[in-house]
Amino acid sequence: MSTEGQLDTIQMMVNMGPQHPSTHGVFRMVLWVDGERVVDLEPHIGYLHRGSEKLCEGELYAQIVTLFDRLDYISNLNNEMLFCRAVEKLMGLEVPERAEYIRVILCELNRVASHLLFFGTFGIDAGAMTPIMYAFRDREKIQTMFEAVTGARMMHNFIRIGGVKSDVPEDFGQRMRVLLREIRQGIDETDRLLSFSEIFLARTKGIGVIDAETAITYGMSGPVLRACGVPMDVRKDEPYSVYDRFDFGIPIGEKGDSWDRYYIRVEEMRQSMRIIEQALEQIPDGPTITPTRLVLRPPQGEVYVRGENPRGEIGVYLVSNGADRPYRVKVRPPSFCNLMALKELLKDTYVADAVVILGSLDIVLGEVDR
Amino acid sequence: MAERHRQEETPQAPVALDDRGHALELLLPEVLAEFQPEVGAVVDLVVAIVKPQDVPAICKLAKEDPRLSFDYLMCLCVVDYVEHLQVVYHLYSTTMKHMMVLKANVSPEKPSLPSVTSMWAGADWYERESHDLFGVAFEGHPNMAPLLLYEGFEGYPGRRDYEMPEYREW
Amino acid sequence: MSAVETLLLVSAILGLLTGLSVVVLSLTWLERKFLGRIQMRIGPMRVGPFGLLQPVADAVKLMAKEDLLSSWVDRVVYWVAPLVVFVPTFMIWVTIPITRDLVIRNLDMGLFYIIALSVLSIVGLVTAGWASSNKYAVLGGFRAAAQLISYEIPLILAVLGVAMLAQSLNLENVVNSQGAFSYALIQPLGLVIFFVAGLAELGRTPFDIHPAESEVVGGPFVEYSGAHWAVFFLAEYINTFAIAALTVLLFFGGWLFPGLPGDVSGLGVLVFLIKTYLVILVIFWVRGTYPRLRIDQLMSLGWKVLVPLAFVNVVITSVYLFYGWPAWSLSLMSLAILGTAVWEISRRMRTAPTPEYTVRLYVPSSEASSAG
Repeated sequence: MSTEGQLDTIQMMVNMGPQHPSTHGVFRMVLWVDGERVVDLEPHIGYLHRGSEKLCEGELYAQIVTLFDRLDYISNLNNEMLFCRAVEKLMGLEVPERAEYIRVILCELNRVASHLLFFGTFGIDAGAMTPIMYAFRDREKIQTMFEAVTGARMMHNFIRIGGVKSDVPEDFGQRMRVLLREIRQGIDETDRLLSFSEIFLARTKGIGVIDAETAITYGMSGPVLRACGVPMDVRKDEPYSVYDRFDFGIPIGEKGDSWDRYYIRVEEMRQSMRIIEQALEQIPDGPTITPTRLVLRPPQGEVYVRGENPRGEIGVYLVSNGADRPYRVKVRPPSFCNLMALKELLKDTYVADAVVILGSLDIVLGEVDR
Repeated sequence: MAERHRQEETPQAPVALDDRGHALELLLPEVLAEFQPEVGAVVDLVVAIVKPQDVPAICKLAKEDPRLSFDYLMCLCVVDYVEHLQVVYHLYSTTMKHMMVLKANVSPEKPSLPSVTSMWAGADWYERESHDLFGVAFEGHPNMAPLLLYEGFEGYPGRRDYEMPEYREW
Repeated sequence: MSAVETLLLVSAILGLLTGLSVVVLSLTWLERKFLGRIQMRIGPMRVGPFGLLQPVADAVKLMAKEDLLSSWVDRVVYWVAPLVVFVPTFMIWVTIPITRDLVIRNLDMGLFYIIALSVLSIVGLVTAGWASSNKYAVLGGFRAAAQLISYEIPLILAVLGVAMLAQSLNLENVVNSQGAFSYALIQPLGLVIFFVAGLAELGRTPFDIHPAESEVVGGPFVEYSGAHWAVFFLAEYINTFAIAALTVLLFFGGWLFPGLPGDVSGLGVLVFLIKTYLVILVIFWVRGTYPRLRIDQLMSLGWKVLVPLAFVNVVITSVYLFYGWPAWSLSLMSLAILGTAVWEISRRMRTAPTPEYTVRLYVPSSEASSAG
């Protein structure tokens, strides 16, 4: 293919295969490149498909919480909370206040941990190898706190239908305040290192721009959609649990590029810590779970419940026919929808940008493939 | 015997619509009158059951009518009720902040209905996934390659009558 | 040459090889420890006290690795490419003086010889990428070719600026003429250009796009394992040491220290090594701090920023020499131009005068929520 005066070139197919340091999981991108420019793209997913939705049909409701842990394996507590809310809505179950506050604190802490992981890996995608060490230092502190409360660093299985599994340790409030102070310092330090470094700005400003209308058509959500200027956040649109009692803001971007998506997550961490501080002050005493039977039989019906995951808006569609196992569970994963627009985002960019854009979407293959 | 007894008494989850839901429940039969939907409510969502061939026209109307303006496709899935397959669309409006559920029943032998990718580009992978797992064909979809399963996979794992393969050591 | 001279020459070269190997080993240890400390960890600690034997362990591991070759590689070119990269890097060291009168061959056109040889390694990198018959290697090889050739020009011009000040291409003369003031004080612009171009020549962050691990997984080196890769590794570290040594010789006064004689009997070698290691620490520090530039941004930086600045450097140096102005006038002009360039770049990237935030906090009013 040559035009007058230009060299004959052929397009090269580069396979960023399932095993690649920067595809954030087992994800395969087949790129056709012309020199350094991406001409076409074909994403292949399904390497991590475990049939979670089908598995749910064969398990008791209490057992499904563990399955939901493993969907988006970075934000476990948020997924658990989503499923428990779905069953509680179907059954009309009241959750005690103390449990709601504990749930919110843990979910927001999980959001901070997830964004710290994004922070680190996004730095690596751009080439900076120091922020990941700082981010993981703070993440370790959070996971130690999770271990103290729930007994596990990941895959907690702590938020149960009707409340939470057990109460928090006695010195929880004091330890959390110390932890929040340390994490704030850590985030500020890493922010100073990376966010306004000229090289980082050159790598992420104006890269992977998407406008609000296209984003809404593709069903994008979370920081990706908020970067385009659309103020959609389930915690504010349809406040669930006790989110309506807290005073927090949601960061909105202007340009819809990778830097906006990155910085929104940094600001979200700060807002999450604000929520946790308010929750620690407001938390009442009381029971931590509404006792239910182990073998739950919710009434016949169906619900669709939305929650705000660190990656975006996750939804679960639960159909019950009155049995002790669900009839159908369908998970609407945020990364799945964000990933659909990859071809649109990678139009006419460089190969190096492809890595940065994919990193800024912050996908987790566990929930894309289920 | 105990099974049938339990089936007769299966309790239904109570319906609890909020203001927006009530308004929508009254609005939908009016806007979609020509398609004669069955409008109801389940727990807290308004449900409209329509014929499969009408789906793209209804979606277009739902998206463009200013009283509905459903510009966001939340979720598209398929549920296998053994006599029929039900395709469920969850639609949301970012401007009016209401949500509705659109359902269409197709027969399990040759399930097919028109695709809505022209309305919402985000329906693309949902439809491919439904085709993989349930075998529902979406007419007019740009690229119906397998998404979650590998090429040459036999059977439709999402369906209730799918035989789980026996465990075997490799 | 008589037999004695030949013997002396051979032993000098062998001594140089040994010295360089020891230096490279120490550099690998230093890099890992220093980067570790920047990243809040302690680096290697297990092998020997403070991990001092870690480089030895690395070398043993590399030599003992299986030599995996895919069947499509071009065998001859595959074997020769690392040598083409390594030999010129070593040959540069023949003319670099460690201290006064401690050099294998002090050429009168030393700087010219060094520049000419450093260009040869580029051929090795590109052929390594091609011979590996791997698309990632080819991509990396293209990037390496473009980057390394482009950054030779500012490098050469910066060296030219120093040669003009010293009125000689002989490295010993360059150092000796820095007796009064080191050239870093007189030509800060030249120092910055040389350092940045040198970093780009080495292929180190922020210019390590061609062996970028998170994208092309190693670039031209991706198919090399074991001893082959060790040769590349060796070449990279010898090059790092060479660029640092050149920076010290050209801009920081080499082995000179106020008050010390600076010859072999004195502490000349020590001063030289300390200065060089400090420059190397700065190179490692830069690696730990910055992300990497994309290939087109790298080329823009080279051609649109460094080359014009390097030309301006040559022009102001020649103006200074022609009119015989005092030395501080050149420092002033140099600093002014450097400051303007840095300010302009910051302004374009919107970090100066204040950083630009395109993310704001949105707090929706309370009646916007929908609960009933």
